[in-house]
Amino acid sequence: MVLEAKGIEKSFGSARILKGIDISLEKGDVVAVLGRSGSGKTTLLRCLDFLEKADKGTLFFDGISHDLSTITRREIRDIRLKTGFVFQNYNLFSNMTALENVMEGLVTARGWDRRKAEKKAMEELEKVGMAEWKDHYPIQLSGGQQQRTAIARALATEPEVIFFDEPTSALDPELTGEVLGVMKDLANEGMTMLVVTHEMGFARKVASRVVFMEEGRIVEEGESEAFFSSPREERTREFLKSIMSPLS
Amino acid sequence: MPFFLLFCMLSSMDTNIFSLVTDSFWKILKPGLLMTIPLTLLSFFFSLIIATFTALVQYRKVPVLRKAARFYIWVVRGTPLLVQLFVVFYGLPSLGILIDPFPAAVLVFSINEGAYSAETIRAAMESVPMGQLEAGECIGLSWFQTMRRVILPQALRTAFPPLFNSLICMVKDTSLAANITVTEMFMQTQRIVARTYEPLVLYLEVGFIYLMFCTILTKVQAYGEKRLERKGFKREAA
Repeated sequence: MVLEAKGIEKSFGSARILKGIDISLEKGDVVAVLGRSGSGKTTLLRCLDFLEKADKGTLFFDGISHDLSTITRREIRDIRLKTGFVFQNYNLFSNMTALENVMEGLVTARGWDRRKAEKKAMEELEKVGMAEWKDHYPIQLSGGQQQRTAIARALATEPEVIFFDEPTSALDPELTGEVLGVMKDLANEGMTMLVVTHEMGFARKVASRVVFMEEGRIVEEGESEAFFSSPREERTREFLKSIMSPLS
Repeated sequence: MPFFLLFCMLSSMDTNIFSLVTDSFWKILKPGLLMTIPLTLLSFFFSLIIATFTALVQYRKVPVLRKAARFYIWVVRGTPLLVQLFVVFYGLPSLGILIDPFPAAVLVFSINEGAYSAETIRAAMESVPMGQLEAGECIGLSWFQTMRRVILPQALRTAFPPLFNSLICMVKDTSLAANITVTEMFMQTQRIVARTYEPLVLYLEVGFIYLMFCTILTKVQAYGEKRLERKGFKREAA
């Protein structure tokens, strides 16, 4: 078990966004989190990486159980040193080149020697097909290139799990393909991934499991093929129908 | 060019004026180089430290320090620089605190400028997208590392022109230090005027020297902005 979260609750003011979520990831799992806008899937992901502070819940990670409402900065940092996060809008450091972006977590956060970090960063850039763009600043790169660099940045620190928050939502279809391709390669290499996405193709073909959320709860979860071919819940069927043929 | 014309005009009025200007030029420039410039650079350096600290405290919303920062900015921005100089140099001795003119001036200018620059830096930091901070923390940087490596360098790009504005203002404001017996350019000029009774020529002359100093700074600013642009901040259509 890489990660297990139990009973996550989160409200913004009086709006209850998460109403008790349980989710767990085995090593090598690729879990796609699906749901309509506002279902709480992004908030769930952000709570798991402490970008939002959950009101309630426990997180079991790396052999230690943490209470999410009382977790300390120190514990959060320890967890973050072993996780990666890929944002919808990439969030590459705009004052650094692609290579520097990938090296940053190694050199500054983990105290690696620069030369060693550069070698590692180049390997990751190679893997996502960005090696020849290493000296470019984010502003000089396309969205797809930025997102692939951001994936390399997350990979470089050899995380036990990578969270993806709608990684292709800001990209047009062509560029979406190149990013999904990289993610598929990662999945095949056995990376543990939790992916909030609207890409049904990715959820069906690449993800091992699918979690469907609605109104802050998990409605249904299961093996991805079974989820798409024979959903158990009525609400899941409605959701899939609206996604597959949005105009009908 | 206008200065040159003025200069010719004055010269034709009286040939003595020409020698007055050439004689006094070095005498005025010297305290400029030895006092005005060190006073400005030292004060600006310290003001940046104060300002960065004050901005960070507010950016992070540190409970008590944040209030203290607002109080500091409120008081300093709300009182005249000249009054601050007088309080420190003429006022504090009655509490037994005696500070020499030059350090007193550095102290007051640093504290004064620190309050203004703190707002410049804070605004620049807040203009950096939240995602940059989140990305920093997600790859395992501590909050301070994220500030040092990501937020502050990006804020500098935005804060650079207004900070240079402040620096240029400070060059000129150092003339107020004459009031607390710092022998900088302006006081030196006053002294020469007292001897020669040529206020127009001499005050124009010292004004010209201030203008030269600020011209150099304007060039430095342009160069600095170009350097920063190369560092990934080139403004292009998105």
